[in-house]
Amino acid sequence: MEVVTTKTEVTTNMPTTKNEIAMQLKDVSVAFSGRTAVRDVTFDVEEKKVTSLIGPSGSGKTTLLRSLNRLHDLTKGAVVEGQILLGDTDIYNDKLPTTLLRSRIGMVFQRPNPFPTMSIYDNVVSGLRFNGIKKKALLDEAVESSLIAAALWDSVKGRLKNGGTTLSGGEQQRLCIARALAVEPEILLMDEPTSSLDPISTKAIEDLMGELKNRVTIVIVTHNMQQAARVSDNCAFLLMGDDRAGELIEFAETKKIFNNPSDPRTLDYIQGRFG
Amino acid sequence: MTDLLTQLPPDPIYDRRKQIQERAAKTIGRRTLISRAYISMLMGCFIIALIPLGSVIYALINKGIAAISWTFLTALPSQPNLMQQDAIGGIGNAILGTIIIDLLAGLVAVPIGVLLGLYLAEATSRVADFLRAITEIMTGIPSILLGVFAYEYVVVPTKQFSGLAGIVALGVLMVPVIAKASEISFRGVPSTLREAGLALGARDSKIAKSITLPVAAPGVITGVLLSLARAMGETAPILLVVGASGAWNFNPLKPISALPLLTYNYSGSQYPSQRAAAWGVALALVTMILILSLTARIVSARMRREKR
Ligand SMILES: Nc1ncnc2c1ncn2[C@@H]1O[C@H](COP(=O)(O)OP(=O)(O)OP(=O)(O)O)[C@@H](O)[C@H]1O
Ligand SMILES: [Mg+2]
Repeated sequence: MEVVTTKTEVTTNMPTTKNEIAMQLKDVSVAFSGRTAVRDVTFDVEEKKVTSLIGPSGSGKTTLLRSLNRLHDLTKGAVVEGQILLGDTDIYNDKLPTTLLRSRIGMVFQRPNPFPTMSIYDNVVSGLRFNGIKKKALLDEAVESSLIAAALWDSVKGRLKNGGTTLSGGEQQRLCIARALAVEPEILLMDEPTSSLDPISTKAIEDLMGELKNRVTIVIVTHNMQQAARVSDNCAFLLMGDDRAGELIEFAETKKIFNNPSDPRTLDYIQGRFG
Repeated sequence: MTDLLTQLPPDPIYDRRKQIQERAAKTIGRRTLISRAYISMLMGCFIIALIPLGSVIYALINKGIAAISWTFLTALPSQPNLMQQDAIGGIGNAILGTIIIDLLAGLVAVPIGVLLGLYLAEATSRVADFLRAITEIMTGIPSILLGVFAYEYVVVPTKQFSGLAGIVALGVLMVPVIAKASEISFRGVPSTLREAGLALGARDSKIAKSITLPVAAPGVITGVLLSLARAMGETAPILLVVGASGAWNFNPLKPISALPLLTYNYSGSQYPSQRAAAWGVALALVTMILILSLTARIVSARMRREKR
């Protein structure tokens, strides 16, 4: 993993209303072993809003999302260029330890991945324990509040000592959301969090996002147009360019993207004409 | 933020987030220190483990290279005597013998071991459980016992020390090792792949051949090569059953020479020249084992890469 910073002038189609900015992407490019997967993506993630990333398979949504909490650090041959600012902190260049960074930027993965050897309780508090928090009262409180926030409390409160993997797929995913929330991250990254879930669990998690908005900024990758339209405030549309590298075609308020996009390719994609 | 918002009661989330972040930031120094301490400890253990290993390898290379020459590797051995104390000859026939024994033992043991591994991975019957236990016990069996076994059932009936007896001993030694390694590789093939095959209407045998085997292959091959490498260095059973030979011998039914045997004989010799040569024999043996292990690594790495 290496980091290269380039300084270029930034121009994007910013939302009309000015809000607090949680995270800024400036000309972010990601390459794997010399092959560019995402090129020159620039947009702002507004605080306490849901930002959705949409686009066809292979357009680099996951790649972009994972660059936001430095998960590519673990990939040999991955190079992230450009700047990603969390507040005023350049997450790739300032001296912020990655452990602390990642405790501020949580992540929920496409497939539920509760730690298989841990109970439901231990799964939820694992992040807190990793960060040196051991006080029982604090942990108990975090378990209850995050499980409530993840709409799972009522169904598991009687069996917190059971294994995390004994839950159903949808419940496991909500457990993973609770696990991410327990650390009280400022930003929550979600990569197709509902793609393996039934409509009811999906609805539960979508509702959840609406409620979570007042405590955490969400960036979500989704293939589901209705979902993007329903849950997100802003929307970024990515598409592969001529050399198969993903590029940001349009970034705007979700309303605008879905009602009156500026780029004809956005309209084509939303209407299902390609991708 | 507007003024209205600041007048609202503070959100408890902020308190908790602040508390957690402060705690995390406060403990990061300690946590980094602890993880550094662990890493240093591991490094320490590594170095301590390296000292004896390093000295052995140093002695082996240092003394071994002195003994090795082209003639040494290719010629037949000769027996030094009081007049010609340095006439030790070479180890060519012992290298050949080792290769013959290992190769033929492998030829027999590999198919049996791999199939047994496949069976152990797939079968769920009681017989399979029993066999699994037996296999596990067999991997830990002292190799001298297999020497005694081959002596009793091959050398005695044929009235002849032979390469064959060595092949039997090493073959029996290799089967459980190969079976265990294969079983683990076969088990590592995700069941969803097999189910995907079933759902396409493939028969069990077809699935084993075109899905399970290829996916498990890198692991199986690594296991096979490592067991060959291990068998090559086995000394106890070889000492007991292959006899000795000072000539070129391609016939496994006759006594045959082998590197571990020669190492043993030479290192206890009364002639300093032979004792020095023992290091050369050992170096040749270790080099052959190393080549096998390296091949194992390269093959499995390449096969894994190709599957991407
Ligand atoms: N670790 C990696 N090593 C090499 N190439 C990678 C890696 N991860 C992703 N890529 C490549 O980057 C490109 C973008 O992949 P990415 O997973 O980000 O797409 P995506 O938009 O999330 O697609 P999907 O909607 O199917 O999940 C692809 O061409 C992929 O092959
Ligand atoms: Mg993806």
